[in-house]
Amino acid sequence: MAGSTLASRTADAGVAGTAAVERRRPFSPGREAWRRFRRHRLALASVAILAVMVLMVVLGPLVWRVPINDIDFTARLSPPTWTHPFGTDDLGQDLLARMLYGGRISLAVGLAAMLVAISVGVLVGAVAGISRGSVDAGLMWLTDLFLSLPPLPVLLLVIYLFRDKLKDVFGPEVGVFILIVVVIGCFRWMPVARLVRAQFFSIREKEFVEAARALGASTTRQVVRHILPNALGPVIVAGTIDVAAAIIAESTLSFLGLGFPPDIPTWGRLLYDAKDYLDFAPHWALFPGAAIFLAVLTINFIGDGLRDALDPRKVL
Amino acid sequence: MSRYIARRLLIAIPSLLGISVVLFTVLALAPGDPFEELATNPNVPPEVRANLRAKFGLDDPIYIRYVRWLLAMVQGDWGFSFASRVDVDALIWQRLPTTLFVIGSSQLLALAIALPVGVFAATRPYSLFDQIANTLAFVGFSLPTFFTGLLFILVFSIELDWLPFVYRADIQATGWQWYWEHVKQAIMPVAVLGLFQGASWTRYVRSAVLDVIRLDHVTTARAKGLSERVVVVKHVVRNALIPVVTLVALQMPAVFGGAIVTEQIFRIPGIGSLLIASILNNDTPVVMAVTFVFACLVVVFNLVADLLYGWLDPRISYR
Repeated sequence: MAGSTLASRTADAGVAGTAAVERRRPFSPGREAWRRFRRHRLALASVAILAVMVLMVVLGPLVWRVPINDIDFTARLSPPTWTHPFGTDDLGQDLLARMLYGGRISLAVGLAAMLVAISVGVLVGAVAGISRGSVDAGLMWLTDLFLSLPPLPVLLLVIYLFRDKLKDVFGPEVGVFILIVVVIGCFRWMPVARLVRAQFFSIREKEFVEAARALGASTTRQVVRHILPNALGPVIVAGTIDVAAAIIAESTLSFLGLGFPPDIPTWGRLLYDAKDYLDFAPHWALFPGAAIFLAVLTINFIGDGLRDALDPRKVL
Repeated sequence: MSRYIARRLLIAIPSLLGISVVLFTVLALAPGDPFEELATNPNVPPEVRANLRAKFGLDDPIYIRYVRWLLAMVQGDWGFSFASRVDVDALIWQRLPTTLFVIGSSQLLALAIALPVGVFAATRPYSLFDQIANTLAFVGFSLPTFFTGLLFILVFSIELDWLPFVYRADIQATGWQWYWEHVKQAIMPVAVLGLFQGASWTRYVRSAVLDVIRLDHVTTARAKGLSERVVVVKHVVRNALIPVVTLVALQMPAVFGGAIVTEQIFRIPGIGSLLIASILNNDTPVVMAVTFVFACLVVVFNLVADLLYGWLDPRISYR
C-alpha cells in the first residue's frame, strides 16, 4: 500500500493510458496534454464557465445597452427586478451594466499583470539559470529580497506616492491601469523566476542541449530554441494562477478605496461602494463578490488542470 | 542553539537593510515636495524656501539622505505623525498588539484546520473525503478575504445578530464579561483570516504527506507492526511538516496583506487600518514606518520558521 500511492490521479491514468495508446498511433505532446487536461472534470467545467463570463463581459455591453452612469433616483437601491436584473446602487445606476463594464477592467488587469510578472520572471530566471557564479547569486538575492517584502503594504505605498503623478500624465483611467498592472506584476515575478531557474539547471545538463552545444549553437540559441520551450510547462501553470492572484490584488486595492476611481466600477470598487449598505442592499455586494469569486475559482481550477496536463509529476 | 540563533539574526540584517533601501528609493523617487505649498505661497520668498530645504538636507545627495534616515530609524526616531499629532513609534506600539493577536490566533486556527484535514485526506488519497476536502480548499482560497468578511457580517451580524461587526478596544466591562466580549468580537476577523490560510495550508499538508507516505521508512514502520496512529504521527507528519514550514514562511507576506483587509473591514484598531487611514490622510511618516514594521515582521517570522525547521529536522546542524 505504501509504495502504491501515485503522485496524482491523472498521472496514474496517463501511465495506464500510454500503454494502450502505444498500440495505436503516437499522440503529439499537445494532444497528450489535452487528453490529460480533459480528465480533470472540474477544470473542464471551469473552462466553460470562464468562457461564458469572458463572453458576457466582452459582448454583454453590446446587448445590455443601459449606460453605466444613468442616475435614476426613483429606483435607488432596488433589489433585482426585470428592469434591473442585478438591482441598482444608491444612485439608481444599473448594476448589471456596471458589472459588465467593470469586469472588462478586472479581467484585463489580471491578464496584463500576469504578462508583466511572467516576462520579468522568465527573464530573471533564464539569465540566472544560464549564467553561473555572481550573476546568478546576485539575481537570486534580489529575488529573495522581493519575496520578503510584504506585497500589499508596499503596493499601497507605491500607489500612494505615485498615483497623482501618473494621473496627470496619462489621465485617470490609463494612469491607474498602468500603475496597478506594473506594480502587481512587479510583485509576482519571483516564484516564476525561481521556477525557471530550477528548470534551467536541470535542462541545460540534458543530452539534447549538450548536442546543440557540440554542434556550435550559441548560448542565445541554446536558450531560446532548446531550453526555454522545455521549461515553459510549469511557467504556464504559474501564469494561470497569477491571473487569479492579480484579479484578487486589484479587487483588494479597489476595495480599500485605493485602486480605480469611483467612475470606473471594477468589481472590487463595486464592493467598496456597497459595503456601507450591506443591511438594506445586500445584492449590491453579493453580485460583484460572487463574480470575483467565480472568476478566481475557475482560473485556479484551470491552473490545477493544466498542472496535471503539463507537469504531471507535481501534486501540489 | 544560541549561536545558531545569533547567526540567523546576523543573516537577517542584510535583508532588513535591503528592504530599507527599497523603501527609501521608492520614497525618494516619488514626486512631490514637502515644501510644495511654500512655493505657491506669495508671502514666502524663494530664498526662505531654499534655506529650509538646505536646513532639512533635502538638497543633499541621495545616499547621504538614506544614511541619515536609517540612523534616525535605528535610534528610534521615527518621526511625527501629521494627522494624530503624536510620535510615530508611540502610535505603532499602541496598535501592534491588536494586530499580532488577530494574526496569531488566525494562524493557530488555520493550523488546527489544515493539519488534521490534510493528513486525513492524504492517508486516504482520492477517497470521497479527499475530494470534498480538496474542492473545499479550492473554494476557500479562491474566496477573497474582503468578500468572506462582508459575507460573515451579512450572515452573523445583520441576519442572525449574533456577533458585533465593529471591533472595539475600549470595552466597558469587567471580569469574565470583558473576556467574553473580546472573544466575541474577535471571532469573525480570526475566522476570515484563519479559514483563508487554512484552505491553502491544507493543500500543502496533503501534498507533503503524500510525498512522505510513499517512502521506505514508512513501509518499514508498518512492517514492524506499529499502530497506524504511531506511523502517521511519528513517522509521517513530522517529516511532512518540514516542507510545509518553508511554504508557510513564504506565505507570511500574503498573510499580512489579508490582515490589512480584515482590519479595514472590521475596523480593528491595528497597524493595518492605521496604514490605510494614514494613506488617506497623506500622513507620510506613518505610512513609511508601518510599511517598514510589516517588512520587519516578515523577516521575524522567517526567522521563527528557520528555528522550527531546525527543531523538526535534527539533521540541520545548529552550528
